[in-house]
Amino acid sequence: MEFSELIRTGQAQAELLRGPEMPPLRGTLCVTGHHLLLSPGPQATPDLWLLLLRSVDSIEKRVAGDAGTITLRCKDLRVLQLDIEGVEATLDIARSIEALSSLESVITSFPFFYRPKGLRLGEAWHFHPPERYYKRIARETRAWRLSEANEDFSLCPSYPRAVIVPRAVDDDALARSARFRQGGRFPVLSYYHAPRGTVLLRSSQPLTGRQKLRCAEDEELLRAVLAEARPGARGFIVDTRSAQAAKQARMTGGGTEAKAAYPGWKRLHRPLERGRPLQESFVRLMEACGDPEQSMDRWLSRLDGCRWLSHVKEALSTACLAAQGMEWEGACILVHGAEGTDSTLLVTSLAQLILDPLSRTMAGFQELIEREWIQAGHPFQLRCAHSAFSHTRPKHEAPIFLLFLDCVWQLGRQFPLSLEFGEGMLLALFDHSYASPFGTFLCNSEKERCLCEVRTRTHSLWSGLNQPKEQRKLRNPLYVPNPLAIWPSVEPQSLRLWQGLFLRWTHPPEPSEVAWEKVWQIATDQKTEGSQPTDSASEPQP
Amino acid sequence: MEHIRTTKVEQVKLLDRFSTSNKSLTGTLYLTATHLLFIDSHQKETWILHHHIALVEKLALTTSGCPLVIQCKNFRTVHFIVPRERDCHDIYNSLLQLSKQAKYEDLYAFSYNPKQNDSERLRGWQLVDLAEEYKRMGVPNSNWQLSDANRDYKICETYPRELYVPRIASKPIIVGSSKFRSKGRFPVLSYYHQNKEAAICRCSQPLSGFSARCLEDEHLLQAISKANPANRYMYVMDTRPRHRMQSWWATQKDIGRIILNAMANRAAGKGYENEDNYSNIRFQFVGIENIHVMRSSLQKLLEVNGTKGLSVSDFYSGLENAGWLRHIKAVMDAAIFLAKAIMVENASVLVHCSDGWDRTSQVCSLGSLLLDPYYRTIRGFMVLIEKDWISFGHKYSERCGHLDGDPKEVSPVFTQFLECVWHLTEQFPQAFEFNEAFLLQIHEHIHSCQFGNFIGNCQKEREELKLKEKTYSLWPFLLDDQEKYVNPLYSSTSQKPAVLEPNTVAFHFKFWRNMYHQFDRTLHPRQSVFNIIMNMNEQNKQLQKDVKDLES
Repeated sequence: MEFSELIRTGQAQAELLRGPEMPPLRGTLCVTGHHLLLSPGPQATPDLWLLLLRSVDSIEKRVAGDAGTITLRCKDLRVLQLDIEGVEATLDIARSIEALSSLESVITSFPFFYRPKGLRLGEAWHFHPPERYYKRIARETRAWRLSEANEDFSLCPSYPRAVIVPRAVDDDALARSARFRQGGRFPVLSYYHAPRGTVLLRSSQPLTGRQKLRCAEDEELLRAVLAEARPGARGFIVDTRSAQAAKQARMTGGGTEAKAAYPGWKRLHRPLERGRPLQESFVRLMEACGDPEQSMDRWLSRLDGCRWLSHVKEALSTACLAAQGMEWEGACILVHGAEGTDSTLLVTSLAQLILDPLSRTMAGFQELIEREWIQAGHPFQLRCAHSAFSHTRPKHEAPIFLLFLDCVWQLGRQFPLSLEFGEGMLLALFDHSYASPFGTFLCNSEKERCLCEVRTRTHSLWSGLNQPKEQRKLRNPLYVPNPLAIWPSVEPQSLRLWQGLFLRWTHPPEPSEVAWEKVWQIATDQKTEGSQPTDSASEPQP
Repeated sequence: MEHIRTTKVEQVKLLDRFSTSNKSLTGTLYLTATHLLFIDSHQKETWILHHHIALVEKLALTTSGCPLVIQCKNFRTVHFIVPRERDCHDIYNSLLQLSKQAKYEDLYAFSYNPKQNDSERLRGWQLVDLAEEYKRMGVPNSNWQLSDANRDYKICETYPRELYVPRIASKPIIVGSSKFRSKGRFPVLSYYHQNKEAAICRCSQPLSGFSARCLEDEHLLQAISKANPANRYMYVMDTRPRHRMQSWWATQKDIGRIILNAMANRAAGKGYENEDNYSNIRFQFVGIENIHVMRSSLQKLLEVNGTKGLSVSDFYSGLENAGWLRHIKAVMDAAIFLAKAIMVENASVLVHCSDGWDRTSQVCSLGSLLLDPYYRTIRGFMVLIEKDWISFGHKYSERCGHLDGDPKEVSPVFTQFLECVWHLTEQFPQAFEFNEAFLLQIHEHIHSCQFGNFIGNCQKEREELKLKEKTYSLWPFLLDDQEKYVNPLYSSTSQKPAVLEPNTVAFHFKFWRNMYHQFDRTLHPRQSVFNIIMNMNEQNKQLQKDVKDLES
């Protein structure tokens, strides 16, 4: 295998420091194609310490005398220090890690080699296809159909093979609409809000350009949406750019829907940060979180300066706006920014969590992520190539998915009983989206995943997470199904820094896991005893 | 009541403080002798105790009526719109009168009647017994004894009658030392650590000026250090910031150059211990700011978080400018220093600030709380407050502004203590028997004047007011409602490290929303973990009982 050329040295003696809470580990350090291994001496605990090289975000090396030190900053925000015997060995190991952690090829990545016990290949990949979601909608309404116009990804390379569109619009019209939208992302159904019979759609920007072009099929598509919903139904187009930015986009061929061309639709601008500014916000937040010596004033000013919580507030507010439009005004909502693969998905997925109780279950949340992020074409490989510590200039990196997870965490804090999954699930998703032995977050679109045969040659994260042994970590012991919409408060006093993620490796003295374990104990006591034949009315759900 | 002209106003609107759509409730406003009551159209009642009112404002007349804004000491802010200006004016004037009483006898506690007989009331007052508490700590013993020097409040009016001092400190030494200390507050025992045989002592600043000495005071400190067989060195902690003391020192020196030295000496009423004069002491400044800085810091904090439509950025820059969390961290750091001196170095510590009733109370009580798990129980916490705050003369009536007095004496010193404890409960979710609601309830009552505990400024004054005969103690009422205040995650057995070692890195300090926005319900989580865990616990217990009953 070609990895061997990149591995400069076999092994070296080293000591690993994993932060103040954990004891150091001594042993033999070894670099393999995908991992960094440390095997302790025979007398020590037999546990092998293993780090996926893909999860290394940045690496720093220092040598002094006849020893060296390597500092590894990982994509899950951990900082590790390796003290290595021998200068040559240090440099060789550092170079090997550098080369192997930045390999771009997908099909040589670890998920293609990972074969865990107890899981079968191909399992769980069939859990969440669009067809399944369509069946759910078809039970409620006949107004929508499943179109396979994108069967060969020719209409839109970043959409899945099948999408849900108004029944009244045929595949030819879809093809024309696709040509009128950036990247071919024509308006498709994201969520059907059954209680009010309204829908949430997403797309990319229309290519109106300087000449203010129009597209009859695109207009027809949106007209059909309103016509199917209800006579006289209204629609809102939530543009995630400022009015100014949307106007400017015309210069480069993009633009917005002209009011006259889309009767019944009203445009609202809610600018959300994306791309490089968002990545910089994340980087600056982590810089602030990495400095325990700073004064209170400095910390507060850096927390303010990095603007991360402002982004959380804006994302939640915009999602609330979309959800309110559907729930309170009975309106249809179309969300898009420019490409429709980032902040658009943030808004549509959060709006669903607010409105749809099913998406707050463990299975429903996995389905939501699969449908609204992975199959909807969020370019994970580009966005999550590096996390907050990389020294390389960010190209396409942006923590949009992390921002989504943070918003979900805020929802969970405000409605601690309404999400079936706990913080552990969100942390796991963050970790796996940046580096994972599973194939779920590989590639940028369904098309690429098909080319790489991800589904047949790697394991799905969902089958990994749904194993019984993982449940205690991932589930919320206090969950009680809540049929209502959950409206979060977005006042700054109600939002909090997600310490469990951003300060995960700088624990407070009594880790929250201990308290979490206690909550589990109380809740499971309750469940085992509650299942006895007593007539307790509020028996929680099994 | 002579102050009440209008007792009932209809069609009053209550505005939601944070709603951007100007939502409001319409209802009827009632004014009683003790409360302002608003009943909205859903029959929901909002009670506001007159004593809780910090500020009433009548704003300019609008088309919908006359706005009346009331800010309370428990951080409730209500915004009424009264249809007729005359009604508004009447209510405004009445509230101005009713919220500021001129004498103690007019406070609510003297009329509050929970329908208990005299013996029940007396038993309530006996619930916390400080002599018992000192016994629990292990004093008197061979090194420490009860002193009768202040039995008649002759030496220090603001101390309790019963004081514990080193056995070898004779009465003349105590008397001499008290003359050298501000307000006569000489060094006495606050907490005794039985295992380490080390003590936390407290006092006020020495009146040393530049160079004045007092041999008795030096002897008393020596006696304290000798009472600790494990470490002859003791710490003297001055809780004031060093820069303030040094700038004071500099101004004194300037004055000294102008006027006669001896005059300056006598004029000087401030100082700190000179390490050269005291053997075996290590002097340490820890920077907690004075009551005026704290008052204005809280004021700034409330201005920021009271803003409608606040942006995240304004919130955090406001939080930074207010400096509130910085002050909380300073108090916490001081308490940690104290606990470490005892645990790591086995050293006794003498704590003082200026008068020894504000910062000193904060540091001594918080330090004891870190050291001793007992103070983290519901009863223990009551004892701690009785000991380090009430008995040692924290001036509750002045600091909380119970009576119409000097606004410069008002300061949120005790609120800061409660906030520090809250931060500890956040860092150690299993270490405390009580929950946040308990802290909030205590805060409610330091201002409510419904119970006698916090009325007055020192024990002598409380005795003169005959509080134990005329009013009720808060503690038995809290114990009656105990289930509301229990932390379901508390585990007395898991207290492996009996001593708490909190982390005071800046990012562990958070804005205490449930205190400063207690009544702004839209800002809070919509579901309570606490309630559901309590219910589960309750049901578990019930089921276990059922199982037992069935088995027997």
